[in-house]
Amino acid sequence: MKPLLDLDPAVVRRARSLARKAGNPVVRLATSHTTVSVERATLRLAGLAGADHERVPWVNHLVDQVRDQVGLEHGVTTPVFDALRRGEAEDLLTLAQKAASGSVSFRLPQGREATRAQAAARREVGRGIRTIDRQRVVRERLVKRHGDPKQRPWIYLIVATGDIYEDIPQAQAAAREGADVIAVIRSTGQSLLDYVPEGATREGYAGTYATQENFRLMRAALDETSKELGRYIRLTNYASGLCMPEIATLAGLERLDMMLNDSMYGILFRDINPVRTFVDQRFSRQIHARAGIIINTGEDNYLTTADAVEAAHTVTVSQLLNEYFAKEAGLEDWQLGLGHAFEINPDLPDSFRMELAHALLARQLFPDAPLKWMPPTKHMTGDVFRGYLLDGFFNLVGAMTGQGILLVGMMTEAVVTPFLSDRDLALQNVRYVMNAAGGLTEDFHPPRDGFIQTRARQVLTEAVDLLDAIVHDSDAAGDPPLLAAIADGTFGLMKRPANAGKGLDGVVRRAPGYDNPATTLLETGETR
Amino acid sequence: MTSETMAADATAQPDIIRPYGDTTGDGMVQMSFTLPVPHDKRAEGAALQLAAKMGLDPALLVHAKAMGPDFTFFVVYGRVHHLVDLRQVEVVEREFPLLSPKEVNRAIKTRLRRKLVVVGACIGTDAHTVGIDAILNIKGFAGEKGLEYYREIKVVNLGAQVLVPELVARARAERADAVMVSQVVTQKDAHIHNTTTMSAAFREAYPAGKVPLLVVGGPRFEEGSAERLGVDRIFGRGTTPGEVASYLVHALTAPTAPTAKETSR
Repeated sequence: MKPLLDLDPAVVRRARSLARKAGNPVVRLATSHTTVSVERATLRLAGLAGADHERVPWVNHLVDQVRDQVGLEHGVTTPVFDALRRGEAEDLLTLAQKAASGSVSFRLPQGREATRAQAAARREVGRGIRTIDRQRVVRERLVKRHGDPKQRPWIYLIVATGDIYEDIPQAQAAAREGADVIAVIRSTGQSLLDYVPEGATREGYAGTYATQENFRLMRAALDETSKELGRYIRLTNYASGLCMPEIATLAGLERLDMMLNDSMYGILFRDINPVRTFVDQRFSRQIHARAGIIINTGEDNYLTTADAVEAAHTVTVSQLLNEYFAKEAGLEDWQLGLGHAFEINPDLPDSFRMELAHALLARQLFPDAPLKWMPPTKHMTGDVFRGYLLDGFFNLVGAMTGQGILLVGMMTEAVVTPFLSDRDLALQNVRYVMNAAGGLTEDFHPPRDGFIQTRARQVLTEAVDLLDAIVHDSDAAGDPPLLAAIADGTFGLMKRPANAGKGLDGVVRRAPGYDNPATTLLETGETR
Repeated sequence: MTSETMAADATAQPDIIRPYGDTTGDGMVQMSFTLPVPHDKRAEGAALQLAAKMGLDPALLVHAKAMGPDFTFFVVYGRVHHLVDLRQVEVVEREFPLLSPKEVNRAIKTRLRRKLVVVGACIGTDAHTVGIDAILNIKGFAGEKGLEYYREIKVVNLGAQVLVPELVARARAERADAVMVSQVVTQKDAHIHNTTTMSAAFREAYPAGKVPLLVVGGPRFEEGSAERLGVDRIFGRGTTPGEVASYLVHALTAPTAPTAKETSR
């Protein structure tokens, strides 16, 4: 198909090369550090699960003990598997329990002993990686058996009661009503917990905790529903916050299908330390790549904090950075659910034409990515009738610009948690628009140098200018330019210096002998 | 508007009114709801029964649609006979006007002429930062951005399980105008105990009249207990960042009223 926008390929190339230039030093930073959460994720791959009677996970106990005694500079697995080889305990769980009571002494093995400990670690971590590989195969088989949704975009619906046992019937009902993707929103504040809660949970604030057991329960329920409906229902959760690598790992182990995973969201909107975020993010994206999980990025957040017209180019910049970091971590185009949103003030003249221009720009810059199209929230006023119309126009942009994943807008956005009827009406809205106008992609060709083409070019140019400013940014500490830019408030007005923010104390610079079998297996693609 | 025209308006406005559909006094309203029954004749009868009990007479069932096998959605139009007496309407005023972020920033800039400093924390053993984060983090709450979003407010969020002396020290170091504390856990009245400990510590550490504005938030504080707890203001469940920001402007920069600092012993 002929491209709908007349973009200058040289400008597009320049945008990508600037994104690479901005991202590359950050990747180097990520590969020279580890974090407590990366190390805990590695232990989870080696099979360590569960928590003590105060619900502190064993992986937290073990990582804390090793860190106190010998540090994490060499990775947690070498001293842990050395201790097992020395007979400090018969298995990982017992070792963690003993360590928690302070009765294990760890050391950094040298020479042949180090090699043996590392081989043992690789063997055990390899089991976890192979579980992820197997789950990917299971997904592929189930998709083949039940089938993908018949239409694009896939219809994405949110459930969030706080109680996993309430979420399950709601999710199943939503799938029966037409949802292709179910997202279970997390409890508010989970992103700032430095541990992953355990077990099935029945209380959360405005959402349900992400736990391995909740993942398993929901996936099993949706497998039932997929069979019933003859359509594979995908499950989404959030790999963000301080435990991003662990939650990504649990998602891989329990066959979640999509994960929210933005490169800068935690830094900007949750005040998590930038280095912590980039280190955690690279590991989590490597897991997602391996697990065949589609990531969803969070560009909608830029538009809810700033004006959607003035800040349109920040979405493009973030998409380009997210694309760079994703591909560097091994994700493929089909796994990049790059985000954007319908958030322009509807009172502005030509607001719909601008939305079309922005959506087409994203579509054309990332032709092979399943873009995630997100509904209006900021200009939903409580006038549910007007909100319903706005959602209809949002759906129309989705249909006309070939979006990959459509988050269904609710007319009661910002009023109440959606009523059963709100969800049904919202799905009727989507179905009507898709049915009536889904074929418009065939007829719709914005005229050359018309309003839409001009607006798209303008946003792209502004994005290139911003990327250019980012790669030329600097700070006194000599941090990578992107970190300097984040520190001086380039994104969304928030200043987030590299040496501040939550989770900074969990960042450790790797020593020359650092070993992490998970990272090795993820980088090489090996299975054992 | 002159007093004459106001009087004319007042006489033109009746005190007793009814909803307006398309004719004065027709009392027409429209509503929608869902009942947990499958869609059939009985369901439609049930919807009309509800409408009648709600005072719609006659009620017109204009739309009924199954929402899955177990629920039915209805749209009902009808006439209500209730009268609204405007003279009996009571309006409870917030003690401060609600401002937009722009207005908050402008008020701070023109009246304080520097950034307003807020130090926030969850104190004691409370690890529930949900409340304080909803108010302070840029992500915000209920579609409103948190205080971090305000250009003229400097936010220092210390997070969870902060010790009271640490909070006092940080508030002094930052020259805080306001200290914000969130208390979610209420076991054994921990929220009361923590709050009084905190307010006492601030009064001890600061000279009289110089104590920063003390604000606590949480779902279980009694309304009107601020004075007893030694704080300036309590915010309850559902408070949005915009309300807190508006209050801060009101309490700390109000040009006429004495500031809360001075009134708070």
